Amino acid sequence: MPPIIETRQLHHLYSAGTPFEHAALKEVDFSAQAGEYLAIIGRTGSGKSTLIQHLNGLLKPTSGQVLFEGEDIWSSKEHTRAVRFQVGLVFQYPEYQLFEETVYKDISFGPRNMGLDEGEIDRRVRQAARFVGLDEALLDKSPFDLSGGQKRRVAIAGVIAMEPKVLILDEPTAGLDPAGAAQILDNIRNYHLEQNATIILVSHSMEEVAREAGRLVVISEGTIPYSGTPSQVFAHGAQLERMGLGVPAMTRVFARLRAMGLDVPGGVYTIEQARDAVLAALARNGAGSGQPSARGEERWT
Amino acid sequence: MALKDITLGQFFPGSSLIHRLDPRAKLIGLIAYIVALFLANGWLTYLIAFLTLALVVAVSTVKLKALLRGMKPVLFLLVFTAVLNMFYTPGTPLAKFWIFTITYEGIVHAFFMVIRILMLISATFLLTYTTSPLALTDGLESLLGPLKKVRVPVHELSMIMSIALRFIPTLIEETDKIMSAQRARGADFDTGNLIQKAKALIPLLVPLFISAFRRADELATAMECRCYHGGEGRTRMKQLHYKPGDGLFIFAALAICVGIGVLGRFGW
Repeated sequence: MPPIIETRQLHHLYSAGTPFEHAALKEVDFSAQAGEYLAIIGRTGSGKSTLIQHLNGLLKPTSGQVLFEGEDIWSSKEHTRAVRFQVGLVFQYPEYQLFEETVYKDISFGPRNMGLDEGEIDRRVRQAARFVGLDEALLDKSPFDLSGGQKRRVAIAGVIAMEPKVLILDEPTAGLDPAGAAQILDNIRNYHLEQNATIILVSHSMEEVAREAGRLVVISEGTIPYSGTPSQVFAHGAQLERMGLGVPAMTRVFARLRAMGLDVPGGVYTIEQARDAVLAALARNGAGSGQPSARGEERWT
Repeated sequence: MALKDITLGQFFPGSSLIHRLDPRAKLIGLIAYIVALFLANGWLTYLIAFLTLALVVAVSTVKLKALLRGMKPVLFLLVFTAVLNMFYTPGTPLAKFWIFTITYEGIVHAFFMVIRILMLISATFLLTYTTSPLALTDGLESLLGPLKKVRVPVHELSMIMSIALRFIPTLIEETDKIMSAQRARGADFDTGNLIQKAKALIPLLVPLFISAFRRADELATAMECRCYHGGEGRTRMKQLHYKPGDGLFIFAALAICVGIGVLGRFGW
């Protein structure tokens, strides 16, 4: 199946022709399949923001191509604008772009720009609000009266309301408390499952991407050194560390346990997997029937 | 749109003699030079003014190209001044067509006028190129210090100025970001007639104003947390001290100003 969105030899120079010129992306080949949930990881300044802004035509490549459903998104001005409705981009701290008097009007900004009729706009606004778990009663309120987490969800609803086939989110959980972050990730997963949409999540949290995404794309100094399933990517632990990224805490713990000669599986990156792996290991050693906690204490003292 | 390319009173860091001068000395020097330019009255005085500027430019290591780039916005004014002076100065006619007369005096006058404006702008740019905005406001505050006696809020004014300068790049960056975010939702800033374009700015301006107020609020809180309470009794970490070189610079600037003034009186 051809990818829904891809870049070919994408190269981007900032401040071209001045002494400040530097390449943010170097001949990057990136692709995403329809219905895929993938995550982009990279440290600050690695080029990930530059990459995602190319995917919906906010930045123009210095050289190379960006294809959406097999067609160059820069083939015409109308096409570029049309692609922006198909490839929704949620920026970092999106709550700072809210501007309307009511939540309803703000969410409807995107669909209205698409030129849809009122009935369709109304349906989309309500559905988007439902996706991000916003109460109907909030729709008539001013977005500036909401809490930080609610504002963030309004802003995400503003992009979801365009019903993009590809939804890109730049650090959607930055600055939220764990409950708020978990809720946003739930909302995104729901949108992914119900609309069969492609999700591209940019994140710093290795735990988050390991739990949510089916495929990880590592970006470092404008290139993509690794891409694959979480276990494939986290197998390069030492190299990731050197890129300033690292692996999830649980993966590190289990790598150490294996190094100490304990019989535990690799490819563990979440707390839940760690719990299951530990229980399984204890059961294998015949400790599952007894009192694991008591035995544990005995062993460590 | 490349908002980032806008430069305002740009500062080129360096370590030349001019860079290291006390900002107050440079400010006084600039004022003396501007006065001198308006007292200059003939070939000799203009030549002295030009040589002075050339010397300072050479010492400052500021690139001539950078200096000339600053002239672009005033090109229109220059041409306008030159043309007006050329046609409206009475004297010996050189050429005549229709109702216009070009006189010898007119050409000389126009030439001097253009040179005067060019040198004035170059000297001012030289100050902002070689002095950091912070040093400049410090210098201004110190020079205007005596006005505090007549209850002019000098410290507050200079604080406003430095905060404004500090936030220009931040706001430009913010504008870029909000513009991209709204474009991602299909906002169109570039097409349509004037009214449509003005309307399209609402989704940009509202968040921008809100964030500017938020930043102002945060900055005020941060300043209060560090016990800022205005200029009264406030000391500085970096005190401005005149060095012998600064005295020499001011003396030279005043001497040139007086010299040009005297020579100008005699029409040289």
